[in-house]
Amino acid sequence: MTKEPVWQPSASQAALESRAQQLAFVRGFFAQRGVLEVETPILGQRGVTDPNLDGIQAHVAAGTRTGGWLQTSPEYHMKRLLAAGYGSVYQVSRVFRNGELGRRHNPEFSMLEWYREGFDDVALMAEVSDLVCGWLGCQPPEAIRYRDAMECWAKVNPFEATDRELARRCEQWLEPEQLADLGRDGCLDLLMSFAVEPNLGMQRPEFITGYPASQASLARVSMSGGHETAHRFELYINGLELCNGYWELTDPQEQRRRFEADNEQRRRSGKPEMALDEAFLAALGQGLPECSGVALGLDRLLMVKLGARDIREVLAFPFERA
Amino acid sequence: MASYSTNEFRSGLKVLLDGDPCIILENEFVKPGKGQAFNRVKLRNLMTNRVWERTFKSGESLEAADVIDQDMEYLYTDGEFWHFMLTDGSFEQYPADAKAVGDTLKWLKEQDVYTVTLYNGAPLSVTPPNFVELEVVDTDPGMKGDTAQGGSKPATLSTGAVVSVPLFITTGEVLKVDTRSGEYVNRVKSS
Repeated sequence: MTKEPVWQPSASQAALESRAQQLAFVRGFFAQRGVLEVETPILGQRGVTDPNLDGIQAHVAAGTRTGGWLQTSPEYHMKRLLAAGYGSVYQVSRVFRNGELGRRHNPEFSMLEWYREGFDDVALMAEVSDLVCGWLGCQPPEAIRYRDAMECWAKVNPFEATDRELARRCEQWLEPEQLADLGRDGCLDLLMSFAVEPNLGMQRPEFITGYPASQASLARVSMSGGHETAHRFELYINGLELCNGYWELTDPQEQRRRFEADNEQRRRSGKPEMALDEAFLAALGQGLPECSGVALGLDRLLMVKLGARDIREVLAFPFERA
Repeated sequence: MASYSTNEFRSGLKVLLDGDPCIILENEFVKPGKGQAFNRVKLRNLMTNRVWERTFKSGESLEAADVIDQDMEYLYTDGEFWHFMLTDGSFEQYPADAKAVGDTLKWLKEQDVYTVTLYNGAPLSVTPPNFVELEVVDTDPGMKGDTAQGGSKPATLSTGAVVSVPLFITTGEVLKVDTRSGEYVNRVKSS
């Protein structure tokens, strides 16, 4: 059956007006704080190793280069600017993630990403709060530890529960054979998505902090309460995940080790391995200044502003109509 | 048989789950920005009509169920099976058992066209058109002076279905009935 193409936009004119106001607000916010707006490539030579992010491959042939990847985030290019001494920078860009489509996902979306030289995660969380609450007019967020959120809503201690106990806890959603190869972090992600997330940020915005070291990604790790935890934070409003920030890892050896561990996990789960972004690693080798960075989904922020239930209400043309 | 991966899931897709053919009713993609993606799926089991909720890890797949809908004309019943014939000119016939015919039995009229859902080539269910036209075979006599809004009474139709009709309807009339609600719509003609 061939369906008639839909040519009309899915967002109302009012939603697009609000989107334009949001963009103006963001630019005003950073202009006032002296953070430089930059544009870095959306089309990069390398993708990311993150086992849970699938980039979209491009088939470019230009000069001596072929191939390429649409970026899942402008992170590596932006950190190269910091390593080059350009100071704090922000960017509004389109990013791409294959396979992500749903009420809260579109394979192409708008990301606000920024890096603050000399900031730790706590200082950056305060700035996220100023930006988000300045735009939404909400009360400032409360910070809750990952561990406390998990204990409260999923009734499990994410650091001390055994793998077996975690898998048990997931049986409400998955069959034993599905759990067999899910792994510890997969179980934690399931509990976070199904048991915890729907309850976060309901009364007021909430930051989740202190992720397990295994979910550090590009954040630095330190000991807290007897456990290795990542200096990583996320913001939730009305059960919607809005941003993900790190006190950034600056150690090139540790970064390479994590990339290689990602590829090892990709191998195990039958996903293609990804070539490492050597230009990014070289920049870290040169020296990334102490900094924190965060990526915030602008489409979702607009969903909260407008009370939209579906991301399509805030996109002029969502993937199905693009 | 083909299979569908989680990123191909959409409502209306027919898949095999625990050996039974199911239709996907709703599919919700759930994923933390950094972390494992899942699909929360609502499915109706086409054998039992029960609705199931299942969670799948991104990348898992389900076998496609060989389920297709076909327009077929109802021919006759031999008491055990109800026989249908494809309307595509092939004259191919399919016997449906009582389970497949189900509640549609009360709307079955010879030579009318129904949607027969085939699973592995055998009728799984029979769906009537939204509206059918059937003759009244028994109802209390209409009374003079009755008006359209003047109450209702039961009428038995040629298929055995009993519907609530206005008082002025008489035996022998043909009625249009909505099969989804089982409600009388209007008179088609007087005989």
